[in-house]
Amino acid sequence: MTILQTMVSVMLAAILTDNYVLSKFMGICPFLGVSKKLSSSLGMGAAVIFVMACAAAVTYPVYQLLVAFDLAYLQTVAFILIIALFVQLVEIVMRKLLPPLYKALGVYLPLITTNCAVLGVTLNNIDDGYSFGLSVWNAVCVGMGFTLSLIIFAGVRSKLENADIPETFKGIPATLIAASIVSLSFSAFSGMI
Amino acid sequence: MAEKSYLKEFTKGLIKENPTLVGLLGMCPTLAVTTQAVNGLGMGLATTFVLVGSNLVISLLRKVIPQTVKLPCYIVIIAGFVTLIEFLMHGFLPDLYDALGTFLSLITVNCIILGRAEMFACKNKVLPSVLDGLGMGLGFTLALFTMGSLREIFGAGSWMGLSLPETFPTMTIFVLPAGGFFVLGCVIAAVSKLTKKKAPAGVGCAGCPNAAACGGGCSTEKEAEA
Repeated sequence: MTILQTMVSVMLAAILTDNYVLSKFMGICPFLGVSKKLSSSLGMGAAVIFVMACAAAVTYPVYQLLVAFDLAYLQTVAFILIIALFVQLVEIVMRKLLPPLYKALGVYLPLITTNCAVLGVTLNNIDDGYSFGLSVWNAVCVGMGFTLSLIIFAGVRSKLENADIPETFKGIPATLIAASIVSLSFSAFSGMI
Repeated sequence: MAEKSYLKEFTKGLIKENPTLVGLLGMCPTLAVTTQAVNGLGMGLATTFVLVGSNLVISLLRKVIPQTVKLPCYIVIIAGFVTLIEFLMHGFLPDLYDALGTFLSLITVNCIILGRAEMFACKNKVLPSVLDGLGMGLGFTLALFTMGSLREIFGAGSWMGLSLPETFPTMTIFVLPAGGFFVLGCVIAAVSKLTKKKAPAGVGCAGCPNAAACGGGCSTEKEAEA
């Protein structure tokens, strides 16, 4: 396969067939928490794409270093520390240098540390044996898939608010069942690649 | 502290403050690994191990860890225990290790563990913290096991690897991702019906260090309660 083909297939997998939220169940907390409004979904999505790409870029050389010293089993500890530190760093730098961007994305940044999709994508990159460029590309695409599902779900939820739901199912149960239907529509993509 | 209250620290996590079904924490593993009852059980027990260990260590170090860097400290302690359980499971239960995959590493970012560290272990003595961790962990295990059982029975027509009579109608959708969301929604609705409480309106970020940033997605009542 040429590089371009690989890139397209990675993109389709990350966004449609193996969407992290709807078929791998990573990042459910922000998915349910932030998807109430379209604007906050967009903000969260943008912040996640950015952090995921950077985290993938930073963890790749670190993993090579760990392997060189025969310490690959420390990857979980190393990766989560890097992500936590990185998010903190981005927050500080952004606040100083790009105040408008910080205003838009700042509130979502701390949430990302505990977003398992970010740690998940770095670990999966290693498992799948992606090269540096492909790791970053995969992270960007996974972030886009995350954003897409957030945006779609924000639309569904705004309709859900006017729906007549049985008393017991009000609140989170109804939201989960709506998520189930959205996820079902995404499973139609399976087998595409 | 009287013996009775120790018992309470343990039992509150099982049903009344069940971290998954009432607190709505740790949703990712709850949905992802519960295609089989046995996976749910394994994931639950692995998380319990990490939770008890991290609560123990964090409670011991609660006067040593400075406030400003507590989050990285907690994360390192938790990740250490996760690496430990990864090794143990790889060595002794290789099948389960393969089935859980990345989600075993992702115990690190399970918000139940960080939540308990933040809300309980850093303020309480060692014994109550361990009991709290054990109770919360077993409550999580219970929820995962219930989910796993339902999905395995209806989706694959078997339970804990034992197959049901062939006449039992199976619906593949239960083992698909969509079924995970559906079953969890129904289980939460059932629990809130049985406990006669209103179903939680949003994701519980109780004790989550990021609650302040959570754009109102978190329910605030729970934190006030605890």
